[in-house]
Amino acid sequence: MDQDSAKPAASPLLAGALPLPRSYLNFVGRQIFRLLQTIQGVGAFALITIGVTFTKFNASWRVTHPLIRAQIDRAGVRILPGIVFFGLVLGLVIVAQTVALLQRVGAEQYAGTVMVTVLIRELGPLATALLVMARVGTAIVVELGLSRAQGEVEALEALGIDPVHYLVMPRVIGLAASIFSLTVYLIVVAVFSGYLFIFLQDVPLTPGDYFNQIARALRWEDFALLGLKTATFGAIIATVTCFQGLAQRLRLEDVSDATTRAVAQSVAGCVAADALFIVIYVLM
Amino acid sequence: MSSSASTPAAPPLIELVEADIASAQEPDAALVERVNWRLRPGEYWAVGGWHWAGKSDWLTTVAGLQHPSAGQHRLFGEDITALTQEELVAARLRIGVVFEHGGRLFTQMTVQENLALPLQYHRNCPPEEAAEAVEAAMRLAGVTEVARQTAGQLNLGWRQRVALARALVLQPEALLLDNPLAGLDPRQARWWFETLAALNAGHAGLGGRPLAVVATTDDLRPWRDQARQFALLQGRRWLPLGGRAELAACKESTVREFLAS
Repeated sequence: MDQDSAKPAASPLLAGALPLPRSYLNFVGRQIFRLLQTIQGVGAFALITIGVTFTKFNASWRVTHPLIRAQIDRAGVRILPGIVFFGLVLGLVIVAQTVALLQRVGAEQYAGTVMVTVLIRELGPLATALLVMARVGTAIVVELGLSRAQGEVEALEALGIDPVHYLVMPRVIGLAASIFSLTVYLIVVAVFSGYLFIFLQDVPLTPGDYFNQIARALRWEDFALLGLKTATFGAIIATVTCFQGLAQRLRLEDVSDATTRAVAQSVAGCVAADALFIVIYVLM
Repeated sequence: MSSSASTPAAPPLIELVEADIASAQEPDAALVERVNWRLRPGEYWAVGGWHWAGKSDWLTTVAGLQHPSAGQHRLFGEDITALTQEELVAARLRIGVVFEHGGRLFTQMTVQENLALPLQYHRNCPPEEAAEAVEAAMRLAGVTEVARQTAGQLNLGWRQRVALARALVLQPEALLLDNPLAGLDPRQARWWFETLAALNAGHAGLGGRPLAVVATTDDLRPWRDQARQFALLQGRRWLPLGGRAELAACKESTVREFLAS
C-alpha cells in the first residue's frame, strides 16, 4: 500500500516536470520548422520572380510596362506628400535630439555628421520602406488574395498569361524604384528641415559648415549602398506580399491572416537585410 | 456515340488515357479514376455529375490547367508532360474556358479590357489594334451594350456571357464550359443553347470552323436534345453514356436517377 501510494506522489512531480520542456521544445521546433518552410517558399518564389523578370522583362511590354508605371504611381507618386511631411518631422526631431545631446559636450558642430550617419545610412531607407509597406504592401496582399480566392489567377493561366509576369514583376520593379526615389526625397527634405531647426535654435553653425559636414561625412559607398538597400527593401516587400497573396490557395476568410503574416515577414525581411548591409558597410 | 457533326477519323484535340483526376484543393486525393476520353473536332459533349463529383477539377484538367495524378493527358496529340512551358501555353490558347459562377472575370476591368487583355498580351499590341477582334467577340456573345461597364458591376447572366466572349476572343478550337447554366433563367438558358449550337455548327464569327464544345452540368436533362455525346461522373467513376439514343435507352440505375432528378 505504501509503495503504491508513493508512486502517485512521484508521478505529479514527473508529470509536472516532463511535459513542460517537451511541449516547449515541441512548440519551438514547430516554429523553427514553419520559419524554414516560409524561407524556402519565399526564396523559391523570389527565384521564380527574378527568372521571369530577366527573361520576360520586354515580353508583352505594351501590357506590363504600363503596369510598372501604375505601381510607381501608386507606391511612389501618391505617397510623396506623406514622405515630404515625414521628412520634415524627421529632420526636426533628429537635429533637435542631436543638438540637445551635442550641446552638453560642446560638440554641436557635428550635427551634420550625425544627420548622415543616422538618416542617410540607416533611418531614411528603413523608415521609407516601412511606410510603403504599411500603405501599399498590405493592399497588395488583399488585392492578390482576393484575386486568388475568386479564381482570377486560374483565369489568367487559362488565357496563357503568366501570373508572375503579369502580377508580380510589375510590383517588384515598381516598389523597388518607388522606395529608392522616396528615400532620396525623404533624405533631402530631412536634411533641409534639420538645418531649419539649427537656424531657429541659433546654433552657431552656418549653412556652409552644415552642408560641408554632410559632404565630408559621405563616402561613395553611401550612394551605392543606398541604391542597393532601397531596391532590396522594395523587392523584399513586393515578393513577400505577393507570395502571401498569390502563392497559396486562399479562401476569402484567409485574406486577413495572410495580410498579417505578410506585414510581419516583410518587416523581419527588411530588418534582416538592413543588418546584412551594415555588416557589408563595416567590411568595406 | 457517333454523330453527324463529329469527324471520328480526325485526330483528337484532347485525350485522357487511364487518367486519375486530382482535386485542386487536395492534390493527393483522386476524385475521378481511370478516365478514358477523347474530344474530336466538332463534337458536342455534356458531362453530368452531382455536386462535388469532380466536374470542375475534371474540366480544369482537360484544359491543361492541372495535371492528372496518374495516366496520360494529350493536348493536340502531344503528351502534356513532354511539352515545354511555351508549348503548353500555345496549346492552352487553342482551348477556350468558361469558368463557373460568373466566369472568373477581372472584376476591376471593363468588359472591353477583359476581352482585350489576352489579345494585347499575346500579340503585344496597343488596345486599338485589338479593338476589332474584341468588337467581334462582344457581338457574338451579345455583350456590346455593357462594353464600358466593369465586370464587377454586372449580374451573373451578363458575366457568363462576357466570359464566353473572352473565351472566344482568341479563336479557340475547343470550348470548355463549367456548368454554364447554373443560376440562369430558362430564357437565358435558351440563348446559351442556341449560341452553343451555332458555334458547334461553325459560326461566321469564328471563320465558319465547327467548334468542339464540352459542358459540365449538374442537370443533364436540358442538354439531352442539345449535346450529342454524354458522360457521367459518378462515385469516382467516369461513365461514358454514348449518344442521344444510347442515353435515352440507358437502363443503369445511377443514370436513370440522375436524369430523373
